[in-house]
Amino acid sequence: MKYFPLIWATLWRKKTRTLFTLLSIVIAFLLFGMLETVDYAFSHPSTGTSGADKLISTNKYSITLPLPFADLQEIRSVPGVTDATWLTWLGAYYQESKNFVFALPIDTESYFNVHKDEFIVSDEQMKNYRSTRSGALVNVALMKKFGWKVGEKLPVHSTIWTQKSGSLDWTFDIVGTFDVRDSTQANAQAYTVFFHYDLFDEGRSFGKGTVGWVEERIDNPANAGAIAGKIDALFANSPNETKTQPANDFAMTFVKQIGDIGFVLRAILGAVFFTLLFLTGNTMMQSVRERIPELAVLKTLGFTDGKVLALVIAESLLLCLFAAVIGLGLSYATLPIIGQALQGVQLDPVALIPGLGAAVLLALIVGFPPALRAMRLNIVDALSGMH
Amino acid sequence: MSEAIVSLRNIDKRYVRGKQSVEVLQGLSLDIPKGDFVALMGPSGSGKTTLLNLIGGLDTPTSGEITVGGQRLDKLSSGGLSRWRANHIGFVFQFYNLMPMLTAQRNVELPLLLTNLSSEKRKANAVAALTLVGIADRAKHKPSELSGGQAQRVAIARALVADPMLLVCDEPTGDLDRKSADEVLHLLQILNREHGKSIIMVTHDPKAAEFASRQLHMDKGSLLEAGALV
Repeated sequence: MKYFPLIWATLWRKKTRTLFTLLSIVIAFLLFGMLETVDYAFSHPSTGTSGADKLISTNKYSITLPLPFADLQEIRSVPGVTDATWLTWLGAYYQESKNFVFALPIDTESYFNVHKDEFIVSDEQMKNYRSTRSGALVNVALMKKFGWKVGEKLPVHSTIWTQKSGSLDWTFDIVGTFDVRDSTQANAQAYTVFFHYDLFDEGRSFGKGTVGWVEERIDNPANAGAIAGKIDALFANSPNETKTQPANDFAMTFVKQIGDIGFVLRAILGAVFFTLLFLTGNTMMQSVRERIPELAVLKTLGFTDGKVLALVIAESLLLCLFAAVIGLGLSYATLPIIGQALQGVQLDPVALIPGLGAAVLLALIVGFPPALRAMRLNIVDALSGMH
Repeated sequence: MSEAIVSLRNIDKRYVRGKQSVEVLQGLSLDIPKGDFVALMGPSGSGKTTLLNLIGGLDTPTSGEITVGGQRLDKLSSGGLSRWRANHIGFVFQFYNLMPMLTAQRNVELPLLLTNLSSEKRKANAVAALTLVGIADRAKHKPSELSGGQAQRVAIARALVADPMLLVCDEPTGDLDRKSADEVLHLLQILNREHGKSIIMVTHDPKAAEFASRQLHMDKGSLLEAGALV
């Protein structure tokens, strides 16, 4: 600690240069923190208790491939499954493609049985929904976002499903709103619109008799793995093999359909750190080059070669760790925003910890060459300006 | 005659620059008594600074024996020389060589970082050294806020703070005006006479050399004469 004032003062010898270097490392680690938490979320599916009593069965090979509606009865017969419901992804947006709407055709009875006590809907609005064939229940947050009112028409555009008329536009009547009881699910449901499966199945021009996925409620979360295995075994070697997993993992699987998230994120981080390596390495080299007479004076005063090496590496560590802590701290602050953007994917701050390791590694790589140069400095040559 | 603090026997120093070998010191022998204030004079390239570097343990001879304060320097490793310098030698340079980002007090504390002294003790010793050289009121100033004479006083305080047995000064007044130079030289004289510090000073300036108790003249790598003055 007694060397800290010396190292700190040396670090800020050229304030502007240090500030810009610091800023670039902060931004790199902000990016690292944001991407790493997303990568971590996808590679470490949630094992929490929320939603642990529900399973989701999709086509084994892709969520975009449907399952036969007939599979539902077989799934319901599996011991441990108390109820099952079916849904399909409408792939809809409102007016503009940026206005994503998670419109889900549901079988009202079975869906609200499987998701018992999860939603808050007034009795009157639920009654209206049941009695209105074109009715839709809309999340309160979504209603607020677009300023919709109960009683209004809701036109959405599907990117997948055409109606028999050839139109991709589907129009519903907003008959009620819903909210979630569990606030941790607020983000996951923030874009949801429920409408009647019958309307969807009869209206669509293809895919009749198929469903996107099946959701099951089970009697004992502890048996989730065994029950999932039994469901998948039912359809093994059939044309429509299933993949059954806890509901918590489903959202991640859904996003993973767009590609290998981990690879994409690591590739971006690799490029960022490769650039950072050169930038910071160059700054450190330049800094030591400018301080050769000062380093020679330290050696003259009795600082050994090892101490001078340690001082330069400590300076590099201080710069990288200080900037990394700021960058990771900022990325921690952005976690709620990212979580919202990823539709309820749970982001764990623990994913930020490897960032500190990366900072140490970066510091050692960029600090070692100039530290070695400082260590090998010949005092007489350095003081006479021959270095 | 008192015991020698510096003893050199048959010192040769040769530098190799590329394919060229330059003989800087040849068969040089010298004794400097403890408590002496020696001015080392001579033209550029005569080997003054090389001799000073050898006595200060900054460089090693090609051949010959150097004993300073009873320690054979030519037998010490690089690390051993570093530790020896930290404990026994104070250095004063022509261009002060202070750390520009540190205050005067922090600069003076630098040699004490290599000791086991507490932070408070280091600070107290630094302030005492600054007081001794008459510049305690500038303790919180950075080198860029000091005049040349003041900066050299801080450098002398840094050289003194670890209580070395020998001060080696390389052209300590070379960058100063006459008045500041005389003040610094007077300070060195006090340190020698009142505090018993042995001092070896390289200088081109005959007026500066007059402050020393002895002058040694060098030319082409050899000592020309030695005479007692003052």
